[in-house]
Amino acid sequence: MTQSSQNRASGGRTSQPQDVDPRDEIIRYLSPMRAFAISLTRNITAADDLVQDTIVKAWTHIDKFQAGTNMQAWLFTILRNTFYSDRRKHRREVPDPEGIHAASLFEKPEHDGKLAFSDFQRAFDKLSAEHREVLILVGASGFSCEEASEMMGVAVGTVKSRTSRARKRLADLMGLAEGEEVLSGSDRMIDAVMSRSGMHAA
Amino acid sequence: MYQDMAEEPKKSRVTEQIDENLKRVYENLLKEQVPDKFRQLLDKLKEKDRRT
Repeated sequence: MTQSSQNRASGGRTSQPQDVDPRDEIIRYLSPMRAFAISLTRNITAADDLVQDTIVKAWTHIDKFQAGTNMQAWLFTILRNTFYSDRRKHRREVPDPEGIHAASLFEKPEHDGKLAFSDFQRAFDKLSAEHREVLILVGASGFSCEEASEMMGVAVGTVKSRTSRARKRLADLMGLAEGEEVLSGSDRMIDAVMSRSGMHAA
Repeated sequence: MYQDMAEEPKKSRVTEQIDENLKRVYENLLKEQVPDKFRQLLDKLKEKDRRT
């Protein structure tokens, strides 16, 4: 008896409690979406357009979102697919020649390691979008290679090899040798960068 | 010297530092103020749905 009254109470719906509309969750991921978009486009205007398109697509295709799965991964997938399909359509990238990080977008980095970090940002901006993408997903935002492989629509092995090639390229751009064990800490890294810029004092 | 503990090769110093810097790049981006227009867009979409 109690069962049937429960069914009647829910107005013919299943006995499952009404879940929160997943669309209301989108707002929680605005910041990561924009960070990812900036990483891909290196251009604030293009990044904002990309986030806007992603929001509209996510909103209108919310039925494709599987409840209980990672919404950030779902949104990132829409975002990166939109980015690559736009790029194919327009056959052009909209690069910021100086790199987004060279602009005054950021607060001054902490005093120590400043040189190394700005150098790092410049090197990061020089990477291809594919390399920046994999490094942001796997290296920075903490997705597993498996998750990244689903988001990128490529094999896990491809994610792994692309990640290591991207790290290698980044190291090359900064004049560091990947895998070099002689380096013993951030001081050494700064040394390497400084000597490259002809500012080595030692 | 030679420890055969893990199959996975240990991350090199350079890799570790690259990843540290990547996290910092990403965290700096996360700290950026998100423009209001995105929240407004969400409100507009919600409003449009309510009317249809």
